[in-house]
Amino acid sequence: MSNPQQLRYSKEHEWLSGAENGVSTVGITEHAANALGDVVFVQLPEVGATVTAGETCGELESTKSVSELYAPVTGEIVEVNQDVVDDPALVNSAPFEGGWLFKVRVTDEPEELLSADEYTAYTAG
Amino acid sequence: MSSTPLRHTALDALHRSLGATMTDFAGWDMPLRYGSERDEHLAVRTRAGLFDLSHMGEITVTGPEAGALLNFALVGNIAAVGVGRARYTMICDAAGGILDDLIVYRLADTEFMVVANASNAQVVLDALTARAEGFDAEVRDDRDAYALLAVQGPESPGILKSLTDADLDGLKYYAGLPGTVAGVPALIARTGYTGEDGFELFVKPEHAVELWQALTKAGEGVGLIACGLSCRDTLRLEAGMPLYGHELSTALTPFDAGLGRVVKFDKDGDFVGREALAQAAERAATNPPRVLVGLVAEGRRVPRAGYAVVAGGEVIGEVTSGAPSPTLGKPIAMAYVDAAHAAPGTPGVGVDIRGSHEPYEVVALPFYKRRK
Repeated sequence: MSNPQQLRYSKEHEWLSGAENGVSTVGITEHAANALGDVVFVQLPEVGATVTAGETCGELESTKSVSELYAPVTGEIVEVNQDVVDDPALVNSAPFEGGWLFKVRVTDEPEELLSADEYTAYTAG
Repeated sequence: MSSTPLRHTALDALHRSLGATMTDFAGWDMPLRYGSERDEHLAVRTRAGLFDLSHMGEITVTGPEAGALLNFALVGNIAAVGVGRARYTMICDAAGGILDDLIVYRLADTEFMVVANASNAQVVLDALTARAEGFDAEVRDDRDAYALLAVQGPESPGILKSLTDADLDGLKYYAGLPGTVAGVPALIARTGYTGEDGFELFVKPEHAVELWQALTKAGEGVGLIACGLSCRDTLRLEAGMPLYGHELSTALTPFDAGLGRVVKFDKDGDFVGREALAQAAERAATNPPRVLVGLVAEGRRVPRAGYAVVAGGEVIGEVTSGAPSPTLGKPIAMAYVDAAHAAPGTPGVGVDIRGSHEPYEVVALPFYKRRK
């Protein structure tokens, strides 16, 4: 699997797009989606809510387990992906595209976000 | 997690070549899934799935008093099982607590094969060995003597028929016969843990790869795919089949688990746990503590083992197994609940899913029954 170069990554396996007008898109990585197995339920933060980098902001349920969703940055949620709420399998089939989770107006971001190459090395270890 | 190295089945390299996600299951490195566990589940329900179950623990019991020993050691009437037939049964301790649930195959007049769960195989072996004292019978550890492959699903009879001359039409559910499959000597059993028609094939480990490949090829045209333990768990849950460590434990008797029918008080001779089990039967009939029920979600959040079942703000039970059901399209669970809340349709029952009380409907088990 390959991690898109233009994204940055958290050690909790979220990806973050570059900001457009201050808004970044967030999803989970293909590595995380594969580890979870079939995702059957996605709980996302509400539009207007403030999320804090490194803190939980939702959850993903798969056949075998439930996993917390962590915010990779601090900011305000401006949009959530209703398609993925209705069809959680999108997280598995297109984690970097149609399976995106939410858009956030970034107010602060941690320094420790990884580049694609760093994340690839991190998950290979 | 123990520091003992994981055990690998004879099919280990093959699983890796198929890209399986592996998991530690009772000390064995087993395939959890190859691709989507939902696809694997639906393949077994509608077509066919191929499983490596070589972690299961085979114990052979032979000798003139093999049947008498098993009648003493287990709760079922094993001596009455005909040659070529199999029986679902349990082994209990003196207090009636379940040590394991088992399938026993009668291979000959004086030869039985006991198949135990991987996690309990040593316990069962030790108990049978201890209980064999005074019987003219031998208990043999055959865990390494067999690989076990299962073909499950509606297409499985056709797939197997293309590879064997054995009389599969004459092979009833819960029966087993020796034969040859794809040129490999096998014990062919019509058993499974999926709620579908299917077969379990006990073969020598050195024949496992050859047989797996032959089955894969024979099933190609009808949609057979490799299946992991993850879908095996959701398949057995939909079929309402208990799993040791979840619905069954040493703290419970077969009667507590709603499986008192496996205890045969009218068989010849005494058996381990008899007195305690008679009391457990009485208690279950008159004043059951908790009852095993099915729960179906109204929402989409999934109940997991250990979550509390609630009603009116009180804890009234505990989930033992839970998963999203691919067949029903919603989360399901098995749970032990207080008898007062156990009737199907009991209103106001929910599951505490990480602090939020989600509504659940109490239903009779199983969740899924195949059309014959």
